[in-house]
Amino acid sequence: MSPALDQFLTLDLAPLLAGLLASVTCALLGSFLVLRRMSLMGDAISHSVLPGIIVAFMIAKTRDPVVMLAGAAAAGLLTVVLVELVRRFGRVESGAAMGAVFSVLFAAGVLLLERADLGNVDLDASCVLYGQPETLFWIRPAGAGPLDADSLAALPRQLMIQAIGLACALVFIALFYKELRIASFDPQHATSQGFSAGLMHHALMVVVAIATVTSFEAVGSILVIAMLIAPAAAARLLTDRLGSYVWTSVGLAALAALLGHWSSSALPRAIGAGSVSQAGAITVVSGGLLVVAALASPSHGTLAKLLSRRKLRAKIEDEDLLAALFRLEESGDTHPSRAALTAGIGASLDRSAGRLSRRALVQESDGSISLTDQGRRRARRLVRSHRLWESYLVDTAGLSPDHVHDTAERLEHLGIEPSARVDTDPHGKPIPTDPRNGAD
Amino acid sequence: MSSVAQTFFDALTFRGGFNTSVVVAGTTLLGAAAGVTGMFALLRKRSLIADALSHATLPGAAAAFLIAAALGSTGRSLPVLLAGAAVSGVLGVLAIHLLARHTRLREDAAIGAVLGVFFGAGVVLLSVVQTSGAPGAAGLNTLIFGSTATMNVGESALMLALAGAAAVASVLLAKEFTLVAFNEGFARSLGWPVGLLDLILMALIVLVTLAGLPVVGLIMVVALLIIPAAAARFWTDRVRVAAPLAGALGALSCFVGSALSAAATDTPAGPVIVLLAGAVFTLSLLVAPRRGVIPVFVRAARLKLRFACEHALEDLTEHNDGAGPVPASVLDQLAVHRGWSRWVRPIAVFALVRAGAVRHAPNGALELTERGRRRGERIARNHALWSRYLITHADIAPSHVDWAVDQVEHVLDPALIERLETDIAAAPGREGAPA
Repeated sequence: MSPALDQFLTLDLAPLLAGLLASVTCALLGSFLVLRRMSLMGDAISHSVLPGIIVAFMIAKTRDPVVMLAGAAAAGLLTVVLVELVRRFGRVESGAAMGAVFSVLFAAGVLLLERADLGNVDLDASCVLYGQPETLFWIRPAGAGPLDADSLAALPRQLMIQAIGLACALVFIALFYKELRIASFDPQHATSQGFSAGLMHHALMVVVAIATVTSFEAVGSILVIAMLIAPAAAARLLTDRLGSYVWTSVGLAALAALLGHWSSSALPRAIGAGSVSQAGAITVVSGGLLVVAALASPSHGTLAKLLSRRKLRAKIEDEDLLAALFRLEESGDTHPSRAALTAGIGASLDRSAGRLSRRALVQESDGSISLTDQGRRRARRLVRSHRLWESYLVDTAGLSPDHVHDTAERLEHLGIEPSARVDTDPHGKPIPTDPRNGAD
Repeated sequence: MSSVAQTFFDALTFRGGFNTSVVVAGTTLLGAAAGVTGMFALLRKRSLIADALSHATLPGAAAAFLIAAALGSTGRSLPVLLAGAAVSGVLGVLAIHLLARHTRLREDAAIGAVLGVFFGAGVVLLSVVQTSGAPGAAGLNTLIFGSTATMNVGESALMLALAGAAAVASVLLAKEFTLVAFNEGFARSLGWPVGLLDLILMALIVLVTLAGLPVVGLIMVVALLIIPAAAARFWTDRVRVAAPLAGALGALSCFVGSALSAAATDTPAGPVIVLLAGAVFTLSLLVAPRRGVIPVFVRAARLKLRFACEHALEDLTEHNDGAGPVPASVLDQLAVHRGWSRWVRPIAVFALVRAGAVRHAPNGALELTERGRRRGERIARNHALWSRYLITHADIAPSHVDWAVDQVEHVLDPALIERLETDIAAAPGREGAPA
């Protein structure tokens, strides 16, 4: 075995796996939290991990991971129950209820940590808060290959616990996928179908608590929030279907874990600093993925929306110019001057005229603009649509003739038109025939 | 008096030394400012944005530390750290705003993502700080959990100034914040700059958070904003009362908490303050007369008992026209008919006997007294009047009337009864109230 591979297996593999397992487990469940607008419940649960661990330690006097796990899980559930009680019986807004409950529990944890006689045991608050996967090593027995039973048995126990957490999440979602889906989108329907949406909610909270608890040692209890929410939020911006949404968030979480691990080992070398927290790096990467998704998602990204809005605006400007030229032709002015058009249309004239003449829909000659044959056909269709909409709004929708122009001005750009039953619009103007029918 | 109690008492009465007194005074003002500002934050449903804001201060503080260290400064300088914290905290709030406003993400997801990711960035920078060997790295940790023990007078004065500014501004803008919180549309129609007011409120939350960081730490500072405000809401529905009350509760928690912390070793002020505030909250939740759980429960139980008693009187009056004792078997049927649980009947009977409306007869039977019969007849008459009213005036089908009247007969007021009687008298020939 090469020394580099040996070093990787000993030093890097366990932290990498820990980060990966935590990210994937959290993303799987976090996607449902985000969907059900319960993101902040993850916040509240993860803050209560610290007191849970400390109380468990004070009772059992041991750092056995199973005991810690039980304490943290109990605290997580206690948080859920308390928030629900305060919200329901105190009629406190749920955000405030969560804030009140988790900050008090957290304060109890910090105070116990300072006051309790924890002996020589190192129960470091910052380890609970930030996680220290870097301390996981895989010390394999000398001479044993990486796949020997002895070596596998020497894998850090933390990884086993996390694997169990992931298994819980997977089993829960596999078993109740349909119920979760209905309960997330239509709780009343779920209840009417014979299974309680409230029960589903509480079951999800229990599994989230399990995931938080199994993950905190790898990523820290507060960073769990980012792992729960950020990949799911990014996935929410990328896809609309539940199945692909869940898988996208899991994929993004795995990507963040890999990139985060890589950057936490590559960055220190690059900038000459001592070390960079892997858990922190993973959350920063997942935040970066969220930003990228928010900006560049093809369906819901800000850039995509900006582009389509600009395209729509250009289309409307162009069509307004074409229609204006057509109306001027109707009144006999076939070569209106730019100045006259600017007075009617405004500053967008230059942009539209440029675009339309490139597409050979209008032609410009010494300061005046006129329609080409092709442009006239387009313009005729627009004006026809406008006047048909006007007559539709008056005849069928019952609006008065002096109120329909503005509405028709918007509807004409839709590309659909009401069926033609009249020859003139409510203002007495002739409705042009459809140029696509050939006849003029 | 033990020495801890003595020190505690000294701190409470500002005789525990100049440094302690300044810390206690500053913390108390912080509590007041956080309570008042938090009240408006709560009403405007901004509570958990404050949580994200405080978590988001970590990367800024760590970055400020690194920059200060790179420039050769000692690093542990509170103003520098707080300046950095302010920058990244505001960036965090801005990120939440952008995500919630310009993407399809809901506010809760935006808050969760920003909180976690910013804190993660802070953890990354902290890990760099801790391995960089720069002196004073421990100063950053006090921002996370808070520590009044290491505060000097200058730092207390800074905190005093921040909290004071927030308190004064909250009081001056109380009217505006109240209207925006309760009726945003009306505030807009009055021409008020709602966006600007929200921005100012957010800025005040930033001030309080910054002032609270050195005392209670960035994870728990949100408690100062949320808990006193939520506790005050149990006692009153009026903002004019609730806001000062929240300030008082916050100040009280901070005052006692910081004095306790000064007296006892190994007792950081932050958690003690938050736990005291939590105790105040729990107490308010349970016993506040207006909306506390116990008073609300008692009121509901008494109302239920009144309904049960009136139903019982009505049923007893209708049985045999109220003459003679009603045997236990009939009472059993009546209980089933009314859907009473087994607790309701003995309590209702006890209450009726004590009120002198009913007396026990042999073999578990009950007999109406003269007084009970008069009340029962009055209730039965109200019942009939309501039936009449609902059928003739409210267009409710006769088969649905009985259910509806049982809910409302208890709130009938005399003037309405008179009107109904006139109505019924004016419309003879239909089945109506018994004379």
